[in-house]
Amino acid sequence: MSPRNQRLLLPAASVVVFLVAWSLYVHTAAVSAFVLPPPEAIVAALSKMVFDPKLWSHVLVTATETVSGFVIAVFLGVFLGFVMARIPPVEWAAKPFIIVFQLIPKIALAPLFILWFGFGLESKIVISAALAFFPVFSNALVAFKSIEPGDRDVMVILQARPMQRFVMLELPTALPVILTGMEVAVVLAMIGAIVGEFIGGNEGLGFLAVSYLQNLAVPDLFAVIVLLTLLGLVLYAIIGRLRAWLTPWHVSTSSGG
Amino acid sequence: MGLDMPPSRSDIRISGLSKIFGSGGAAVAAVTDANLEISHGEFISLLGPSGCGKTTLLRIIAGLEIPSAGSVEVRGKSVWSGAVRSTTATRPISMMFQEARLFPWFTVAENVALPLRIAGVERAKRQARAHEICATVGLKGFENHRPTALSGGMRQRASLARALVTDPEVLLLDEPFGALDAMTRDALNVELMDVCARAKVTTILVTHSINEAAFLSDSVVVLAPRPARITNIVEMPFERPRDLDLQRRLEFQDMVGHLRHLLTGAAA
Repeated sequence: MSPRNQRLLLPAASVVVFLVAWSLYVHTAAVSAFVLPPPEAIVAALSKMVFDPKLWSHVLVTATETVSGFVIAVFLGVFLGFVMARIPPVEWAAKPFIIVFQLIPKIALAPLFILWFGFGLESKIVISAALAFFPVFSNALVAFKSIEPGDRDVMVILQARPMQRFVMLELPTALPVILTGMEVAVVLAMIGAIVGEFIGGNEGLGFLAVSYLQNLAVPDLFAVIVLLTLLGLVLYAIIGRLRAWLTPWHVSTSSGG
Repeated sequence: MGLDMPPSRSDIRISGLSKIFGSGGAAVAAVTDANLEISHGEFISLLGPSGCGKTTLLRIIAGLEIPSAGSVEVRGKSVWSGAVRSTTATRPISMMFQEARLFPWFTVAENVALPLRIAGVERAKRQARAHEICATVGLKGFENHRPTALSGGMRQRASLARALVTDPEVLLLDEPFGALDAMTRDALNVELMDVCARAKVTTILVTHSINEAAFLSDSVVVLAPRPARITNIVEMPFERPRDLDLQRRLEFQDMVGHLRHLLTGAAA
């Protein structure tokens, strides 16, 4: 077999082997299907679910919360990262808050956000943004600080105005690193939305997971986890496309998968 | 342009210029009491070993480094008023660095056109001008390449094109070909000399190559370290146009020997 065929076949083969082993284990060992359903039961639950229009409204809710929280986190993170990189006193003044907010387990704030922002979408968006903020902010801060003095000199000689300097030098320099932060952030944004739905909500995939658990519908619970994974995959792929589109010149783009 | 020539006839006037880095016991003088006058269209070199403050001097003229004392005038206007860089005085200045400093997110043509874009020239006009200047520095056919796809020599050509695209009146060169191999360097120096002569641009080149300084310049300014200062200003009496054969002539060899003597004498 050629190495190229191996690269296509081996991942597929290992997934099939894993699923067959899982199925065999559930059927032969004394495992209750309540605790661990076989994969075919999960597929059955999933295929029933996708034809239910109610499922898609739950997907839409979670996707809306995740994307809104993520977008807020990106704008806030890039803006604050830029301001603090350019004006060090702002960073010094904000330092205690940055450290505390970085160390505090943001998940623990979720009940508080529910209290403040209610049981609707808003509280989930806030939790999602709170979780997604840091990777974007810290990457943006480092990226905007790492602009080479020599490149700045070029812009001084050319008498670029601050906005021109930002658009033509600072943002393009920082983008590859900011995008890396965004890859981490988008996953955290989804976690934030789901946790919010767990503890206070009546819609979304997180809510659905909790209600299936209460009904002990374990295959359906697994099906929701599969859906959440797929949603994460889609969001991650979007950032990948964004990277290819925004930073085609950068090494991170050509070597990316 | 000839009619409103400044009365002094000197494009750049440096007087009593000093630069001290640090303070107290750790203070280091990078430039001490530099005085220099450069006429319109003249090509001069700042020649000296590292630590003689030649790059600092150039950066003060460019408005990139604040002087500790003294003044720099470009076409009669003061570059520095206190610690504030004058945008009007520095407008006619263009600068080229040791690294090409091209932006990888732009194509070669976009990099070359960048000064025009910043100055607000419309797209069609600046593209036409960028292609024109790319052709004169030997970049024809490379306009749509990314800078990362170019060799070191080609990158410096693009950097030179970017420095020339606005028709600057003053060109500051900080060892622009220092990182290139000797052959590419010779070729680019000949082209640089032609371009500068044709455009009648006042040029200051920072270099530590005696050959390069003698070959390109009307006058060579010799600097010495510890304390960093100007020790001699030597005129290069070779007729123009010059070509690489000049470097094999006896009078040129003598001049190089003389400059080397001044440099070692200054360093001792």
